[in-house]
Amino acid sequence: MRKLLLGDEAVALGALDAGLSGVYAYPGTPSTEVTEFIQADAGARAAGVHSRWCTNEKTAMEAALGMSYAGKRALVCMKHVGMNVCADAFVNSAVTGVKGGLLVLAADDPSMHSSQNEQDSRFYAGFAMVPLLEPSSQQEAYDMTAYGFELSERLGLPVVLRMVTRLAHSRASVTVGERCAANPLSPSADRGWVLLPGIARRQYLKLIEKQKTMQESSAASPYNGLSGEGELGVIACGIAYNYVREALASSGRKAQVLKISQYPLPEAQIASLAAACPEILVVEDGQPVVEQGVKALLGAGYPVHGRLDGRLPRTGELTPDNVAAALGVETGTLLSTPALVAGRPPQFCQGCGHRDVYAALGRVMADFPDGRVFGDIGCYTLGALPPYKAIASCVDMGASITMAKGASDAGLFPAVAVIGDSTFTHSGMTGLLDAANENTPITVIISDNLTTAMTGGQDSAGTSKYEGICVALGVDPAHVRTVVPLPANIPEIERLLREEIAYKGLSVIIPRRECIQTARRHAKRREAV
Amino acid sequence: MKKDIILCGVGGQGILSIATVIGEAATAAGLYLKQAEVHGMSQRGGDVQSHLRLSTEPIFSDLIPLGGADLILSMEPMEALRYLPWLRPDGTVVTASKPLVNIPDYPDEAALRAELAKLPQLVCEDIDAMAASAGNPRGANIALLGLAAPYIGILDKNALREAVKRVFAPKGEAIVDLNLKCYDLESA
Repeated sequence: MRKLLLGDEAVALGALDAGLSGVYAYPGTPSTEVTEFIQADAGARAAGVHSRWCTNEKTAMEAALGMSYAGKRALVCMKHVGMNVCADAFVNSAVTGVKGGLLVLAADDPSMHSSQNEQDSRFYAGFAMVPLLEPSSQQEAYDMTAYGFELSERLGLPVVLRMVTRLAHSRASVTVGERCAANPLSPSADRGWVLLPGIARRQYLKLIEKQKTMQESSAASPYNGLSGEGELGVIACGIAYNYVREALASSGRKAQVLKISQYPLPEAQIASLAAACPEILVVEDGQPVVEQGVKALLGAGYPVHGRLDGRLPRTGELTPDNVAAALGVETGTLLSTPALVAGRPPQFCQGCGHRDVYAALGRVMADFPDGRVFGDIGCYTLGALPPYKAIASCVDMGASITMAKGASDAGLFPAVAVIGDSTFTHSGMTGLLDAANENTPITVIISDNLTTAMTGGQDSAGTSKYEGICVALGVDPAHVRTVVPLPANIPEIERLLREEIAYKGLSVIIPRRECIQTARRHAKRREAV
Repeated sequence: MKKDIILCGVGGQGILSIATVIGEAATAAGLYLKQAEVHGMSQRGGDVQSHLRLSTEPIFSDLIPLGGADLILSMEPMEALRYLPWLRPDGTVVTASKPLVNIPDYPDEAALRAELAKLPQLVCEDIDAMAASAGNPRGANIALLGLAAPYIGILDKNALREAVKRVFAPKGEAIVDLNLKCYDLESA
């Protein structure tokens, strides 16, 4: 049977068809659709496949590891920066090893379409010394998911499945198979899971020994292989393979192409390509991970081209155009965008509660030119853009509170943090505890829209618990204030802000009104009922 | 045979629904298809685009190369111009004529019309008014698809019409009829 699927959906269906027992994830572009697809699958619901959103990527990774410990197949999904959040659990899961197949989907975002950096998850797989699969097409995304679970169980290691935005969010027809049964419950009895130093040292040696098997598996992988003929050698990784084939097919140019979709790097294949060609062009989306590896493998005398020598752009995603140019294929004369075309940046929806919060905050902060508002990750980051230009920073999940605290410790006043409800439970609570323990005089705005809005309205882990969480962490209940963010209430939000900024201690203001996108969806659903 | 199409507009204008209908028709016709979408931050009232590639032969790249698009289908006139570097020099632009002004520096409308008039092949209609006249103001995207149908070529007009029926069928017969009215406007 054939189905039209996004790359993300192909992974989701591939996982379900491979007998998945649970997906664990925190929403993040471009990975969100994997979990949403599994949540919407009737068969998965009937079979009790776990698919509820997790509080953050670390809780997701650990829960998936627990499911693997119990013998079942589990999938963890996150955007690339989520790998930073779960890195502790992820790196150590290579040392404990796994029982049921464990796939870690990391969706990288070269060009930063919806992200803060271009970090490449292939470094994480190398760092943890586990295999990584990088599909080039939606069909491979489907097929490699089952392959990845088998590889994971055979090696007893987690396997990383790396996606990039253009594959995650591109649709194509995929041939799909039958659904397999889930693994039975069979908890591990291995002592290797207890990473006391004495055991960890033994486990780490086992991991080192597995490197040889991983190398053999890469060499024999059906997803790696050499094709074509010609003087020029090309190494094409994951989605880069498509751009290379497009350019070669349209130009008639010849090249010997080594496709790499399974890591560690297949060293023997790289060596034979180098023996057959006087130079190699490495085409990879993201950072020059393979280019560095190939240079190290072939030595300083062998010419290797790619992002490091400027043959391809050092930053940003691959396109059919920059790949064609790197292969020496010329583009004809192009039409140009007329100068009058203006940029159209994303903006807050009409009727969004964040607007009312920023309107009030702008008025208050106008009176404090030395004050700063520290922002966070979510729709409300758009408060950095005109007309609000309200926030001074946006770094990582939860950093608004802790940066406000550090700046306040340094003497900055007033220091205000703006964080969303879902980001607060993801990584803001621990920072608030630090501030509560010192009663740091900062004002934290938890702009609660009852959802994870930026990624399309997923459930937020702490909904209806925020006042309780703040008080339990040690914020004085008299300084945990709530308000409904509506245009009519802007004066009230302004009054609360002024009162709490004047208070010489930690305060939390919670403007709460449902995201208008999810509110509309909920109203429609009620109408339908 | 191949047909590369850039679909564009402003987040929320329904370009992905157009892509869904074309995708449905292409799948039914047994064509190869790749469709790169934009999700996430840019959907919030910003510029959005989708690369839609249809072919009788396997397709490699998910993205259309510069200068390779046969057709730009736009829900907004300034957005149609943004993607001209992707259009073949002899390509066609089918666009809504009514500007969506949600930025302070939106260009002068007369200047915008003059730029559009320079294009080799242009279809520019007030699809919002057309859809409203058909009693379905929310069907402007399907009205645009109807206008573009003769230029899609690799799929015939009726195959697309049948796809409109199938895509909207889960929403009931009334919604199917409203969208077919919008789709058929072109011939009126």
